[in-house]
Amino acid sequence: MVASICHAREVAKREPTILGREGLSALLDTLRANGYQLVGPVVRAGAIAYEAIAGLDDLPAGWSDSQEPGRYRLSRNDSPALFAYTVGPQSWKKFLPGAVTTLWQAKRQPDGGFVIAEPPTAAGNYAFIGVRPCELAAISIQDRVLQGGEYCSTAYLARRQKNFLLAVNCTRPGGTCFCHSWGTGPKASANFDLVLTELLSPPGQRFLLEIGSATGAEIAVQIPQQIASPHELAESAQLLERASHQMGRTLATAGVKELLARNIEHPHWESVAERCLGCANCTMVCPTCFCTTLSDTTNLTGDQAERVASWDSCFTLAYSYLHGGSVRSSRQARYRQWLTHKLSNWFAQFGEAGCVGCGRCITWCPVGIDLTAEVGAL
Amino acid sequence: MKLAKSVPGAVTEAMVPEVVRVRQVIRETGDTITLNIAPPPRAGGFLFKPGQFNMLYAFGKGEVPISISGDPGHPSELLHTVRAVGLVTSELTKLQIGDRLGVRGPYGNGWPMERAKGNDLVIVAGGLGLAPLRPVIYHVLRQRGEFRRVALYYGARTPQDILFLHELEHWRGRLDLDLSVEVTVDRAGADWFGHVGVVTALLANAYLATDGTVAFVCGPEIMMRFAVRELERYGLARTQIWLSLERNMKCGVGLCGHCQYGPTFVCHDGPVYRLDSIGDLLSRREI
Amino acid sequence: MEVLEQLLANHPFLLGLKAKHLNLLAGCAARQEYGRGDFLFREGTEADQMFLLHSGRVTLEIHQPGIGEIQLESLLPGDVLGWSCLFPPYRWHVDARALEPAVVLILAGDCLRPKLDADPELGYAVTKRLLNKVHERLEHVRMQRLDLYNVRPGERIP
Repeated sequence: MVASICHAREVAKREPTILGREGLSALLDTLRANGYQLVGPVVRAGAIAYEAIAGLDDLPAGWSDSQEPGRYRLSRNDSPALFAYTVGPQSWKKFLPGAVTTLWQAKRQPDGGFVIAEPPTAAGNYAFIGVRPCELAAISIQDRVLQGGEYCSTAYLARRQKNFLLAVNCTRPGGTCFCHSWGTGPKASANFDLVLTELLSPPGQRFLLEIGSATGAEIAVQIPQQIASPHELAESAQLLERASHQMGRTLATAGVKELLARNIEHPHWESVAERCLGCANCTMVCPTCFCTTLSDTTNLTGDQAERVASWDSCFTLAYSYLHGGSVRSSRQARYRQWLTHKLSNWFAQFGEAGCVGCGRCITWCPVGIDLTAEVGAL
Repeated sequence: MKLAKSVPGAVTEAMVPEVVRVRQVIRETGDTITLNIAPPPRAGGFLFKPGQFNMLYAFGKGEVPISISGDPGHPSELLHTVRAVGLVTSELTKLQIGDRLGVRGPYGNGWPMERAKGNDLVIVAGGLGLAPLRPVIYHVLRQRGEFRRVALYYGARTPQDILFLHELEHWRGRLDLDLSVEVTVDRAGADWFGHVGVVTALLANAYLATDGTVAFVCGPEIMMRFAVRELERYGLARTQIWLSLERNMKCGVGLCGHCQYGPTFVCHDGPVYRLDSIGDLLSRREI
Repeated sequence: MEVLEQLLANHPFLLGLKAKHLNLLAGCAARQEYGRGDFLFREGTEADQMFLLHSGRVTLEIHQPGIGEIQLESLLPGDVLGWSCLFPPYRWHVDARALEPAVVLILAGDCLRPKLDADPELGYAVTKRLLNKVHERLEHVRMQRLDLYNVRPGERIP
């Protein structure tokens, strides 16, 4: 039962409908009434972040972003648009299951031995509001990595078992976006419950609503809506068609797997290493990067210990630590590991690429290293 | 994190160690011991394949992957040979009889014993690399008729660093086992009458039929690269050579990402690799 | 003489050498047996022979005051030792001791050298085999000096 929710969203086919601002507000209220905690985009510290929201009023109305390699700026105008920005530094992996997870705790016993107990799994019935198509693809990739193999992350599984995805199609791609290169956007095609397309043309702000799953359909029937007009459907299609031509970046994805596999030795890695700071930003903002390290700690008296899993990065020296040293001690080897994993080795491991074209690694690289340009240089 | 696939309701907790007790501690060398552990209770005993490893947890200190060095045909006993090199291994080598530790496993693919059946088997071990190969020897001795010539070539640092010395002497002395055992050390005084020099030098006198021979190699990575070169020099193809590789390992079950070696995860695609399956990665730097 | 030639022909070091060359070498050769612990040569003495190890094992060792003997490398049947007899100052710089009873084919240096010089074809055939041995042994020495089984291989070279 559980597996069917995670692995195959049953698509309920229904006519696209139109919601007004009140309709969207009602949709969020309905989700909450159905037991979901709402998490959505908010403006925090000059960037779009994903946090708990109470309702429609918390969404970043009128805000839009501009993104370039190593550059991110938010600006606001008097537009009522709720989704006129693209992705910020955070992704939904913040909640799936998050940066730090306690795996278990151990306690010393009077006889000198110890026992191990698991903390209760924090389920969290999250409804993600405003998930972009590239992020849907990223969640689907993480599904494969963390619950698609022989072993699963239970913390991830627990979060994904009751996880509502309200997606938003991208009508305005950012300067570092290249989802069209992977076919992961700008229009959501799978792995969502409901998807919105924001329309701002006269007579005013409204949202085209499409259903992606049975769960989505169950929610959708509970809110007032109208059948979308042919004109609105055409407008939505036109916006998305236009968006796919407005991507700030393009990646030649055909043959990229082989390109990287045959260029383990290439002078260009050295040139990247001259710029790369090894700061790990790209891996922290990447929505598919899943690596965690496990650390063990004890309390001061030494009779209680625990193990936590926390996000790790292949850009740290400790990541490849072996016998007192690091296997990948040079930055060029660490950058090569990251890029080759994303664009080549991921195919062998999980049957697809580990990149969705969200552009975060480009925007949030402090020196503006552009993945699409680095691949182009090989 | 835990295993939550397979049959609904039958959830094995893969990320949570089972607490077990030390039955016996065997001092092998100055810095290496073998822990004899009462294995976690499992139906049919603690079954494992030669070359598989467990994650061993020292209370509060952490967890390390350690290959199983015992007899796969004797699943009521769990042996791990541990050398004190870091924080956790140092703690593990301090354990006494009755002390508790955590165990998860067994993980990894193990040596291809099926593939070695009906063939000559050349085992090349360096240093602690003998530990994951000892189960292979136990297996061979139990099923001696299934293999043709079997030879072990083992290199250690000094005579004092030789692992499982008594067993090696026993195997060497027992004619009925039909097991050729050659041991060499990198350095020795005049009181050592064995070989001095590297393990690859012994291969010059090995019987290596280019057809029908398989080689299992385990030791430090450079030693394995030299051994591969020597085996190829004597005509073995890359499809006849298996290696056991090592990378940083945290979870052991393919979820944490650390042990990646090219397109593989050492914890579940390895640690044993057929040489041709890793292309030329072995000679590439910083993979 | 014929027995000696056969032994030379079958020794791995000379495998494939032409009959006329084997015949030339046989003129410099002798078969010698050593008991366990016997020295084939001692450091500092005149290097006047090359040794082809037929059976048994021989160790090369060097003496360090205060430590004693350090074994550098033990040699197996098929190995060749005594290259020092080919080059000035023709003096041994290590000891060679039999670890177990050994049978050795000896080539006398003052007989061998003029023959190798006089017949470039023989000279090349022997030199090439020697070079191959040197290459092999150099590789072993490289691996040995890496001290691979140390905790941090290659870091501390004693």
